Amino acid sequence: MVRRKPDTSDTETGASGSFLPFRHPHLLGIAQLDPVEIVDLLDRAEAMIPISRQRKTLPNLAGKTQINLFFENSTRTQASFEIAGKRLGATVMNMAVRTSSVAKGETLIDTAATLNAMQPDAIVVRHGSSGAVELLSQKVECAVLNAGDGTHEHPTQALLDALTIRRHLGRLNGLTVAICGDIANSRVARSNLILLGAMQARTRVIAPKSLLPRGVEQMASEVFTDMRDGLKGADVVMMLRLQNERASGRLIPSVREYYRFYGLDAEKLSYANKGALVMHPGPMNRGVEIDPAIADGPQSVITEQVEMGVAVRMAVLDALLNKENGHE
Amino acid sequence: MNKRLLIENARIMDPASSTDVTGAILVENGVVSEIVEGAAPGAPEKAERINARGLIAAPGLIDMRVFTGEPGHEYRETLASAGEAAATGGVTSILVMPDTVPVIDDGALVDFLMRRAQATSCVHILPTAAITKGLEGKELTEFGLLREAGAIGFSEGRHSLQSAAVMRAAMTYATNFDAPIIHKPLDTSLAADGVMNAGPLATFRGLKGIPGEAETIALDRDLQLALMTGARYHAAQISTGRSAEIMSFYKERSGTVTAGISINNLCLNENDIGSYRTFFKLSPPLRHEDERQAVIEGLKSGSIDVIHSDHDPQDSEGKRQPFADAASGAIGLETLLAAALRLYHSGDVDLMTLLRAMTSRPAEILGLDSGRLTKGALADICLFDPHYPWIVEETAIRSRSRNTTFENARMMGKVMTTVVGGRIVFREEADA
Repeated sequence: MVRRKPDTSDTETGASGSFLPFRHPHLLGIAQLDPVEIVDLLDRAEAMIPISRQRKTLPNLAGKTQINLFFENSTRTQASFEIAGKRLGATVMNMAVRTSSVAKGETLIDTAATLNAMQPDAIVVRHGSSGAVELLSQKVECAVLNAGDGTHEHPTQALLDALTIRRHLGRLNGLTVAICGDIANSRVARSNLILLGAMQARTRVIAPKSLLPRGVEQMASEVFTDMRDGLKGADVVMMLRLQNERASGRLIPSVREYYRFYGLDAEKLSYANKGALVMHPGPMNRGVEIDPAIADGPQSVITEQVEMGVAVRMAVLDALLNKENGHE
Repeated sequence: MNKRLLIENARIMDPASSTDVTGAILVENGVVSEIVEGAAPGAPEKAERINARGLIAAPGLIDMRVFTGEPGHEYRETLASAGEAAATGGVTSILVMPDTVPVIDDGALVDFLMRRAQATSCVHILPTAAITKGLEGKELTEFGLLREAGAIGFSEGRHSLQSAAVMRAAMTYATNFDAPIIHKPLDTSLAADGVMNAGPLATFRGLKGIPGEAETIALDRDLQLALMTGARYHAAQISTGRSAEIMSFYKERSGTVTAGISINNLCLNENDIGSYRTFFKLSPPLRHEDERQAVIEGLKSGSIDVIHSDHDPQDSEGKRQPFADAASGAIGLETLLAAALRLYHSGDVDLMTLLRAMTSRPAEILGLDSGRLTKGALADICLFDPHYPWIVEETAIRSRSRNTTFENARMMGKVMTTVVGGRIVFREEADA
C-alpha cells in the first residue's frame, strides 16, 4: 500500500471563508452529522494543521470564553481542547468536577445552570452517563461540545481518527477498518462506526463475544471473534483500551488470556494489509491490548492521532463559535 | 347514604356476566338495585338522573399496581391525590404497593393506611403488604396478622425476590391464608445495571440493556414454585412474548397462576425513549415492537389476565437526570382507560376483553366483591365516552407528580363520570 505523503503544503489560514456554515448549535455526536458535514469538518481541521504546527494563534475566537467541564478525568482530551481553544484566541477555563456518585445528575443540572449564568460561549463536556451531554445542552444557551458521554459518543475522537486515516490513505470510502477490543463499553468505537459507515468505509469489529454489545451487527459491516480472520485485508487497525477493571472477572478471565487472543502483536498484524495503519485512542495499556513494539513501530500513527486531535478540536470550536465568519 | 342515582340510556358492559345491553342502572344505598334493558321504568323519587346516551357504563376499574408516596414521600403522591387521579381515570379501586417509608410490613401500618384511606381518599384503597420485612428479601412478614389487618395480598412492590428458597417459603406459607403472592419476576443479576431493553437501540444509545431473559427466567422459577406449593401467584409485571408463552404453559397446569401487564408495555415501545427521554425509563423496560405485538396477542389469548397502570409518581428531580441515573416509573391512573382504548380503536383488542382485564379479572384474582356491574353489586361505576377526543395536558394532571408517558398525547375516549359506592366522585366538566 502506498501511503499518501502527509500534505504540508497547505497555506490556508484556516480562518474562514471556504467552508460550509455549520448548521448545528452543538456537537453532541457523529450521528447528527451527514457525510458532507463530516468532510467539511475534516477539511476545516486540515486547514488548522499548519496553524497548530507553527504554534500560531488565530484571532478567530478572541473575546470568547470556553469552559472545559470534565466530570470524568481525562488529561489528554482536556489538554487538547484547552490548547485548541487557546490557539484560536479563546479564554479557556478548566473545571474538573469531583463526582460524588450519589448526586451525579444533580451536580450536572445545577452546574449547567450556574455556568450558563456566567455567559460562556462554549462548554466542552465529558460525563460518565450516556446522554448526559445532550441533557446539559438543553439547559444552557451556549454551544456544547461532547468530549465523551458514557458509552455513547466521542465525536472529536472519531473525527481525528478519520483525519489521520485520510491524510495517510487519501480517502475513507472503500477502506477496510478493523476496530478491536472492548466494543461494548467504548464510545470511541460507536462514534467511529457511525462516521466510517457514513463515509462508506467497510467497518469490522473484533472482540470476544463478552465484549460485543447486542445488535452490534447493525452498526458494523462485519463482526469477528477471531482476530486473525478480522484483520485479513484490513487497511486500518484501531485498538481500544481494555479498562483494567474489566480485565479480570466475568467478561475476560485474565489479561494474559486477553493478550494471547486479542492483543495486537507482529504476528497478528501480519494478517492485515501490508503497511496497514495502527491506531489507538490512548491511553494505551502496553502489553494488554498492544505489543509495545507495534505501538512504537513504523505502522503506528498513534502520536499523530494526538496531534490531529488539536486540529480537529480547533476546527470544531471554530465551526460552532465563529459562525459569522464561516458563512459565505 | 340514601341517595338514589339513575343512569339512563347507557350501553352497559359487564365483563363478569358478559352483558352488553343498552339500558338503565338504578343505584340505591350505594348498591346497584336495578338494571333494566331499554327505557328506565319511571323515575324514582328524588333520584339524580344522568343521561348516558353515547356513553358506556362499565364496572369501576380496579388498578392492580399503584405506588403512592404515603407514608414517607407525600410530595410525590398522597392517598388523597392518588384517589383523585384514579377517579379522573374511572378507577374505583387501587391496589397500593408496600414500597413506602416505612415499608408496609406490619399490621399497624396496614391499619394506618386503611384509616388514612377512609379519611382522605375518594376511591377504595386496597393495601398490599410486603412479602419480606423491609422488602429485604430475607424474613417473611406476618402474613396472618397482616391479612387480618386488611392486607389484600403480598407483594415486594418494585423489588423482586432473588432467593428461590425465600419465594418457596412465602408461597407455602401464603397458602395457609389463601393469600395471593403478587410478584414482579426479575433476575437482578441478569438485569444488572441495565436501564432499557437490551438490543440494537440500547447499543446505539450507549445504554446498558436488560434482556428479556432477566424476566422469563425468574417467571419460570416462580411458576414452578407456584405449581409445587399450590399458591395463588400473580406475576405482577410481564413484558415479553416469551413470558406470555410461559404463562400459557403453566396456566394449562394450574388454575391459580395469573399475570398482569402495564399499559405502557401494551401501548409503547423502546423507540419512544427517543433521545434519552427519562419519562420513558420504566421497569420492566419498554420492549421492541415485536414484543409489544406478542403481549397484545397474550392479552387476547388469556395468557395475560390484567392490565394495570403501574402508576409510579416521581418528582422532577428524579427525572431530570442523565438516563442511566434517572428514576424509573411513570404515572398512569388518569390515562389507563384512554390508553387502553387505543388498542380498541386500532382494532387490536375488543372492548370487552380490555374491560375484563381491568375489572372482573383483578377482582377474581384478589377475591374482591367489586369489578362487576350486576344487580346487588357495589355501585362502583365508570361512565366513559369511547370516542371523546382530548389531549393529555400537563396542567390538567391531578396526580401530584407529572411524569406521564402520555404527555401531550392525543387520546380518543374519556371517562365522563366515576361513581364509587353510589357517590359521584368525578364528573368531566367539559361534558355538556
